[in-house]
Amino acid sequence: MAKTKRATTLVLRFMAFGATLAATIVMATSHQTVDVFATIFSAKYTVSPAFKYFVIANAIVSAYGLLVPFIPAESKLWRSVFALDMVFTMLLISSFSAALAIAYVGKKGNAQAGWFAICGQVPVFCDHVTGALIASVIGFIIYMSLLLHTIHTVLNPLLVGGLG
Amino acid sequence: MCHSELIGQQMVLAIYINGHFYLVPSKIILFVFFSFNTMAQENEEKTVVGLSSSDPMPINKPDHGILLVLRLVAFFATASATIVMALNKETKTLVVATIGSTQVKVTLTAKFQHTPAFVFFVIANGMASLHNLLMIAINIFGSKTDYKGLKLAVVAILDMLNVALISGAANAAAFMAELGKNGNKHARWDKICDKFDTFCNHGGGALIASFMGLGLMLAISVISIIKLLKPKPTNHILFP
Repeated sequence: MAKTKRATTLVLRFMAFGATLAATIVMATSHQTVDVFATIFSAKYTVSPAFKYFVIANAIVSAYGLLVPFIPAESKLWRSVFALDMVFTMLLISSFSAALAIAYVGKKGNAQAGWFAICGQVPVFCDHVTGALIASVIGFIIYMSLLLHTIHTVLNPLLVGGLG
Repeated sequence: MCHSELIGQQMVLAIYINGHFYLVPSKIILFVFFSFNTMAQENEEKTVVGLSSSDPMPINKPDHGILLVLRLVAFFATASATIVMALNKETKTLVVATIGSTQVKVTLTAKFQHTPAFVFFVIANGMASLHNLLMIAINIFGSKTDYKGLKLAVVAILDMLNVALISGAANAAAFMAELGKNGNKHARWDKICDKFDTFCNHGGGALIASFMGLGLMLAISVISIIKLLKPKPTNHILFP
């Protein structure tokens, strides 16, 4: 029973690592250059600090997700893994939320502030950003379910095997 | 250091306390020894009665005061962030063009509803302050209620969800505010804070309050989870 639980947790962590890694890579390599009225408009992730924060946060969470499954099963580190899980989940949702806010302005514009939508000019960049956001939110959902699973494991005294 | 032991008839005991030797007659030792014994037996009887009484409800001790204080301050932080951002509005009349000698004026209003990030910010902070209020009420009034031992778990899970909610809302509003303050020259978006500085200041204040609330709620969530992982001894009732 404990082995199954631990295997499930490891599979979930690997999937979350895959999701956040995909989000990082897709956002970092999204790049489109267009000519608008004789000016070259180049859209990259460095356009907005929110996207930069998104790339950095997802990279950190991917590195964390890569290292955690290698901790041996009965180590004392699993207690701090639970706390770190919560911190990194918070980081993930905050970066997703910030990038989503800026991407929404880019897609729909903001008439009252005089900000025009730029997705009409750089549709490929917009699609890449959307894909990265979706991957990041999938990673967040997996991390959240890992946290709830940990609490459920602690509550049920029959499931032993550390906080895995 | 003293060694109380029934030694014999008329013996004198040597007690070593704090570097000095004291000689005590044995009668006094016997008196002290028996009085300690009877007190200990009384205490044992009291604890035995407590364990075997049929009291199935685990009575949790009242929470530490520090958690209550943290929740109170977090409630004030999130509530003030909600209220300040919800009342954030500024109207300004700007001169757009000058035709001849008359000036063409345009009245612009900056409201929080214009930006979906700020709308989400107000809603999320409102929900978080309601959550904090509910937790304070449970803290003060609900010390004796427990449903199959799930109270701590529900509190911990709700705390975690609200931390995620507030962190998302605060960060989205922070980056939107940064966009309004600095603009974005790549996308040709002008900054608006130079025209609507009161709006920006109030929004900044609400953001700071929300981030302080976020830090406090993170600490509260960590404490709740620690309380969940280390069950109190009163929770485990030994059935005879």
